[in-house]
Amino acid sequence: MSIQLALDGVNRSFDGFKAINNLSLTVEKGELRAVIGPNGAGKTTMMDIITGKTRPDTGDVLWNQHIDLTRLDEAGTARLGIGRKFQKPTVFETQSVEDNIALALKDDRSVWATLFHRRSDADTARITELLDLVKLTDARDAMAGDLSHGQKQWLEIGMLLAQDPELLLVDEPAAGMTDAETMRTAELLRGIAGKHTVVVVEHDMDFVRALNCRVTVLHQGHVLAEGSLDHVSANPQVIEVYLGR
Amino acid sequence: MTALIDRRMGIFLAGLFVLTVAIPLGNLAFTDRFVPSYVVSLFGKYLCYALLAVALDLVWGYCGILSLGHGAFFALGGYAMGMHLMREIGDRGVYGNPLLPDFMVFLNYDALPWYWLGFDMFWFACIMVLLAPGALAFVFGWFAFRSRVTGVYLSIITQAMTYALMLAFFRNEMGFGGNNGLTDFKDVLGFNLQSDATRAGLFVLSAIALAAGLLIAKAITNSKLGKVLIAVRDAESRTRFIGYRVEHYKLFVFVVSAMMAGVAGALYTPQVGIINPGEFSPANSIGIVIWVALGGRGTLVGAAMGAIIVGAAQTLLTGWFPEIWIFVLGALFIFVTIFMPQGVLGVIENTLRRRPAARDLTTAREAKA
Repeated sequence: MSIQLALDGVNRSFDGFKAINNLSLTVEKGELRAVIGPNGAGKTTMMDIITGKTRPDTGDVLWNQHIDLTRLDEAGTARLGIGRKFQKPTVFETQSVEDNIALALKDDRSVWATLFHRRSDADTARITELLDLVKLTDARDAMAGDLSHGQKQWLEIGMLLAQDPELLLVDEPAAGMTDAETMRTAELLRGIAGKHTVVVVEHDMDFVRALNCRVTVLHQGHVLAEGSLDHVSANPQVIEVYLGR
Repeated sequence: MTALIDRRMGIFLAGLFVLTVAIPLGNLAFTDRFVPSYVVSLFGKYLCYALLAVALDLVWGYCGILSLGHGAFFALGGYAMGMHLMREIGDRGVYGNPLLPDFMVFLNYDALPWYWLGFDMFWFACIMVLLAPGALAFVFGWFAFRSRVTGVYLSIITQAMTYALMLAFFRNEMGFGGNNGLTDFKDVLGFNLQSDATRAGLFVLSAIALAAGLLIAKAITNSKLGKVLIAVRDAESRTRFIGYRVEHYKLFVFVVSAMMAGVAGALYTPQVGIINPGEFSPANSIGIVIWVALGGRGTLVGAAMGAIIVGAAQTLLTGWFPEIWIFVLGALFIFVTIFMPQGVLGVIENTLRRRPAARDLTTAREAKA
């Protein structure tokens, strides 16, 4: 197995506060990884750094062991094959569910290509397939803004899959979902891992258990422990900063 | 794929067509003036405003770029055409100089400034009508969008841009006629600008330009690129994370819009007979925003309607209440923004839709039962 993503000695502070403190982390191709940690542990900043939204002060972020992600912006990392789902579901509210997926479909993103773009039958078929997967077939023509919170989460996951990224960064996908929906999300993420690399940031322990994968515990901007959920749960430091509370 | 000409667009274009055919034909048929010539020019002016409003709606309504400096692009287009009209005066000016316009003779210029070269050719002026506003929009947009200046900050710097240009054009040293601007035009392509036929011709050209502008804007907003623009308007960072270079999209639509505004200005100048630095005034640019908001933002046709409504209201009100028309106009704007958030077009369409919609709902309920 080769390494998909490697963070090495990354630091980033905001006004003297060290959000990321000497963080090193590697994720292998096709791996499903959960990242947990208390509020302020640096989970979102870590995703911002990987996707090029925030530049690290020092340290390396390498993609496929040779591309330096710190030199790219959001669109650049997205084109490279990194998809990101936000904590708060963000979809294009005034456009239809179908158009939301269509906009995310993997395609040429240049101005001229989109200006003269014609949707092919293959595109339409792919949209249908994705809507089916995220159970939004009936809402195809609905405005995305009219969806429920849980449906918006699903739509955003659908958009993420439409990009067909190599790496999916998923920030608290289960927030606002019912228990049944949460389990279905876990099942979906397990299903796409292998073909894609998936990194999930989550608070919900039942959800993390359902993912049944390697877990990284972040605390104050660095890795506190790593291993199976049972392994990290037994770690006294982890219990002290996170689980014990 | 939605049709380029939907019902809204179809009705508007049909109305525009009837107007363009009726006015010149009526004037031909009745020798005692069906519509006085000055009214024809007035209508032509409104149509230029309408095209300007469509240009602003394209960036503001669809991409969320609230430009408070679109008057600058309009004025640049107007100046480019004005420069050609000045050169076409030739030796018929007050001072009879075959090469230099009157104001240059007056200011003791001994040669034509380099940037006036080429404007004696109509085709060159036409290219500059597109190129001057387009280049300004490109340079301005390149820096502003790349630095991710958005929202109110972007509005403020667009306002500063047009203000700075106004101050520059007021200076005699700029070589654009200073305070007085460019005026005393005689003819365009050999047609006398004072003649009824030329005025009717310019009116028809304005109508054609407006129709073309509407169709181009519609084609852009209907395409996948149009959907990306709306995505940028509604969730800019989401659009970036999907992989779209937002700044390229903004730059594209900003430049297209600036060129459209330039064409509007170029048609405006010969019909009004003057172009001066007042066109760069920030108040003018804010006026455009009012037209679009009043007509219906993000509808294109509504923006054009808004410009025509305000233009006509301005003409009528200045006649009826010369002292207080500006307050009446202000009140009208406040009324519309509070009570008609979707603009005049929104109110019209909702009224038309209400009855059939109610019926549809009943049939749907019956079908369910």
